[in-house]
Amino acid sequence: MKYEAVIGLEVHTQLRTRSKMYCRCSTDYVNAPPNTHVCPVCLGMPGVLPVINKQAVEYTMMAALALNCTIAEYTKFDRKNYSYPDLMKGYQISQYDTPIGRSGRLTIQVDGQEKKVGITRVHLEEDVAKLVHRTAVGESCSLVDVNRSGVPLMEIVGEPDLHFPEEARQYLMKLHSILQYLDVSTASMEDGSFRCDANVSIRPEGSSELLAKVEVKNMNSFRAVFRALEYEVKRQTRAIETGEKVVQETRGWVEENGETVSQRSKEFAHDYRYFPEPDLLPLNITRTWVAETGAKLPELPEARRDRFVTEYGLSLYDANLLTSSKEMADYFENLCQDNKTILAKTVSNWLLGTVSAILNTNNIDMSEFADQVSTERVAELLLTESQGVVSTATAKSILEEMYKTGKSSSEIIAVQGLTQISDTGELEKIAAQVIQANVPAVADYKAGKAQSLTFLVGQVMRVTHGRANPRVVTEVLKKKLEEEGEE
Amino acid sequence: MKLSREEVLHIALLARVGLAEAEGEKLGEQLSNILENFEVLQPVDTSDVPPTTQSIIRHNVMRDDEVTPSLSQDEVLANAPQKEENFFRVRAVLEQ
Repeated sequence: MKYEAVIGLEVHTQLRTRSKMYCRCSTDYVNAPPNTHVCPVCLGMPGVLPVINKQAVEYTMMAALALNCTIAEYTKFDRKNYSYPDLMKGYQISQYDTPIGRSGRLTIQVDGQEKKVGITRVHLEEDVAKLVHRTAVGESCSLVDVNRSGVPLMEIVGEPDLHFPEEARQYLMKLHSILQYLDVSTASMEDGSFRCDANVSIRPEGSSELLAKVEVKNMNSFRAVFRALEYEVKRQTRAIETGEKVVQETRGWVEENGETVSQRSKEFAHDYRYFPEPDLLPLNITRTWVAETGAKLPELPEARRDRFVTEYGLSLYDANLLTSSKEMADYFENLCQDNKTILAKTVSNWLLGTVSAILNTNNIDMSEFADQVSTERVAELLLTESQGVVSTATAKSILEEMYKTGKSSSEIIAVQGLTQISDTGELEKIAAQVIQANVPAVADYKAGKAQSLTFLVGQVMRVTHGRANPRVVTEVLKKKLEEEGEE
Repeated sequence: MKLSREEVLHIALLARVGLAEAEGEKLGEQLSNILENFEVLQPVDTSDVPPTTQSIIRHNVMRDDEVTPSLSQDEVLANAPQKEENFFRVRAVLEQ
């Protein structure tokens, strides 16, 4: 029997407000000493009064609108009660039955196919304190830093419409990209301001039966989500095929071992005893407020992608890649502005090729690259290349050097003597050496093997460290080889 | 309304209150009494009253996103039963 996976993702993302959700402590905790952004509200002292941060409500509305949700006319906050040291109050102020947004959708592209994924709800709550686990000889303890507690947290719950790990990865990347465009969240998976949990189950293909659902946590990158889901689907399928039962449980992804492990803490049925938060008054979200917030939405990735196709004549595929990162798309547009003589297609190829390779090799994001290499400088380099001053291969290594050293292309060209060699006389000398040193290839060429010429061109490029103009080299070599044949 | 023994123990567990056998019995009775007192409200006809989660008729009480100074680290930790390196120190918890 064939099985299919049913996957739903829950995302928690911190909102980019200056102050916390229910008090005026700063949210800027990342580099702060422990327990320095804390007040009596954060600590849940008796008699304190939390007050709703209006900006956080608006950010949540913006995200909900961008995800095509219906915005609630009436919404309130609720207490979710549980005992854990990351909650100073003994409860988290969240939203239970009146989320700010519901019934939305997100469109993803997988293998060139569009797919709509439902959004169940978008609601607002608060982040919890950070626990540092210590194990000393003989005893272990946990240390609590309350700085993060109370930072506005938006929860986005997706429908279990996903059936493949790749769909889940695309959904997450799309959601991340939308949040980046909205600028409502730092949305960094690395520093934990954008976190994802997955619910995974499998069922016989085509059936609507629901088998035990497993919750997977602790996935800290898009790749980790993909790998964890792939692992989990395989594990569950194997279990069912060998007649075992899949247990409903929470499992944690262990990146180093590439597996999920049961987190069987003392599992007792969750009983959060939600009730309306008596310290906060409900919100009536007028349609005027919704319209005003909607007017603040910037151009979103899909609209920008379509504009890149019509305005710059890019392929849908390239436009999609460029616009999935807001910073990459901004860089592209700035570069096109700086350098109107270079084709947009060329700029796009550079960004998706060489620049993306630099990002991957150095494990950095576009903003870090942009800090080091300005668009003006890349524009200057591309102009130099298009004028034939340096070869394309050289231009690529110059760009790498620009990133490493922070120098401009003209400085690098001057210091390293990288100007392209188009001088026929000089190239003839090198071509002669190469012909002498590669007798078998020359023989092959003469016997009619055309690829041998490409090999010989490559040898000239090697000798000149990529500085030779390939077009001139090809001409020179052809001419020389013909002359040799006549001798 | 009479609470069962299991219900009393469950409530105690949720509230992290340890109960001796005799205490469970006694508190169960007291809790049941409190609930019975509230049952007085049951006969009131509320069919014309819309449900509400608040007794105050105000809404949309919000503040602007502004930062004010927090407490000092010493003040934050002043009431901590145990502290270590400017953290609250608690018994080890395993990740849930």
